[in-house]
Amino acid sequence: MSLPDPQFNAQGKLHHFIDIDSLDRELLTQILDTAEGFAGVGGRTVKKVPLLRGKTVANLFFENSTRTRTAFELAAKRLSADILNVDLVTSSTKKGESLLDTLHVLEALQCDMFIVRHGDSGAAHFIARHVSPGINIINGGDGQHSHPTQGMLDMFTIRRHKGDFANLCVVIIGDIRHSRVARSDISALVKLGAGEIRVVGPRTLIPADVESLGVTVFPTLDKALIGADVVMGLRLQKERMLSATVPSSSEFYRTYGLSPERLALAKPDALVMHPGPTNRGVEIAGSVADGAQSVILEQVTYGIAVRMAVMSIVMGNAESLRHSEAVT
Amino acid sequence: MTELPSTLYDTPTVTGWLDDMVEPLITLIGDDPSTALIGIRRGGVDVGRYLLEKLTLASAPVNEELGELNIAFYRDDFSSVGLHPVVGASQVPFDVDNRHIVLIDDVLGTGRTVRAAMNEIFDYGRPARISLAVLVQRDGHELPIRADVTGQVMNVQSNQYIDLDASKMQVTVGQKA
Repeated sequence: MSLPDPQFNAQGKLHHFIDIDSLDRELLTQILDTAEGFAGVGGRTVKKVPLLRGKTVANLFFENSTRTRTAFELAAKRLSADILNVDLVTSSTKKGESLLDTLHVLEALQCDMFIVRHGDSGAAHFIARHVSPGINIINGGDGQHSHPTQGMLDMFTIRRHKGDFANLCVVIIGDIRHSRVARSDISALVKLGAGEIRVVGPRTLIPADVESLGVTVFPTLDKALIGADVVMGLRLQKERMLSATVPSSSEFYRTYGLSPERLALAKPDALVMHPGPTNRGVEIAGSVADGAQSVILEQVTYGIAVRMAVMSIVMGNAESLRHSEAVT
Repeated sequence: MTELPSTLYDTPTVTGWLDDMVEPLITLIGDDPSTALIGIRRGGVDVGRYLLEKLTLASAPVNEELGELNIAFYRDDFSSVGLHPVVGASQVPFDVDNRHIVLIDDVLGTGRTVRAAMNEIFDYGRPARISLAVLVQRDGHELPIRADVTGQVMNVQSNQYIDLDASKMQVTVGQKA
C-alpha cells in the first residue's frame, strides 16, 4: 500500500515542496507566474512585502551550503518573515530519533516552516511525514534525490529569456548520476514541455535508465551542443574524482568542459547556466562562465523570487486550510 | 436577500462614465507636472490606460507612462484565503517620490484594495499626495476611503458583484454565486 503524497493537503493544495515529480504543469506555471510578481521587489526602495509578517521560518541545514541558505534567508526576509538559521552540520544530529527530537524542539519554538537541506536522499520527505500538520516543509536539497527550488529557478531563468519551452533544446552536461539539480531540472523541463532534453557526460556518471526520464543520451559533447538553446553545466564534485569514477579534472575538461570553441557549436543565442559553485577549468572555461551568454548570476538573483513564490504559496495554502477548518 | 436579475451596461454607457471623469481629473491635476497615474490590476489598469490617453489629448501635465500595481502581496486576507493569483508584476516606471499619484481602480467597494495599493506605493517611495479615481463607487465601505473622482455611483446590495469587461468596456451587475 502506498501512502498518499505528503506534498498535498486535505484540499489537494501544495503543502510541502519536496520534489517536482508529482506536481503538474499548471502548478509549476503558477510558481513561475508568482515568482514573476516577486522579481521586481528587489529593485524597489523597500525590498520587502508584508505577506508573511509574523511567521517564523527555520533554515535546517544538515549539510553545508552558503548560497542556498542565503537565498532562502533573503527570500524569507523579503516576505517579512522572521528567519532562524539552525546550524546542524556541526551538531551530532543523525537521522532517526535524534532528528525527530530536533524537529520537536523547533515545533515547540512555534516555527511555521522548515527549509531542509540534508545529505541523505528522502530526508525532506521523512521530515514532512513526521512534523505537525500545520508546518510547511521546503526541500533545500536532499542527497541525490531532488533540489526543487533550484529546478524552478532554472526554469524561471529559461522562461525569462526564451519565453516558451516547446521548441527548446536543452543540454545538461556532467555528473547526472549524483546530481539532484539535474534530476529536478529534467523533471521540470519534461512537465513544462521542453522540445528536447539531451544529457552528456562520462559513462560512469550517466544512470543506465536515464532515458526513461524523457532525455536522450549523447555520446559526445560536441554532438550534443549542435543546435542547443540552453547549455547547463553541473558541478563536478571532488569526491567523484577521489573515488575514480572520473579521470583527472584536466581530462574531464578536455572531454566535457564547456570551452568557448565548444559553445560556438550551440545556437548563437544559447544560454549558459550552472547551479554553482563553478569549478573553472573543470566543467566550464572562466571566459564562458563570465561571457555574454552566461546567465549564471541571474540564476542566483532569480532564486530569491522563486523561493519567495514557493514559500508564499505553501504558507497561503496552509492559512486557507486552517481558516476553512476553523469556520466549519 | 432577493434574487436580482443581472444588468449589463453597454459600451456607450460605460465610456460615457469614463469621459465624465476627464474634466474633474483635469481640475484635480491642475498645473502640477509631477502627476502620474497608477492603475490597480487588472481593471484599474484598463481604466487608467483609457483616462491617460484622454488626459494626454487634453494636454494635462501628466506623466506619459502608466504605473501598474499587482496588490496580491499586500492584501489583508492572506490568513483566510491564502495567496491570490498573481496577475503580472507591479511596474512603476517612474520615481514616486514627491509626486502627485492618481490611483485608479475600476470599482471601489470595501476600500481594502485601495489600502493595499497605498501600502505598496509607499514601498516605492514617498509621494507628495495620493488621489483616487474610480469608474464605479458602490456601497459597502469598510475603511475611511472615498474616491476623489468617480465615473458612476451605484447602489447595489452586498450580494451583488460589479464586473468590468475591459475588452468591450462593458459593466455587468450580477448576483454573487
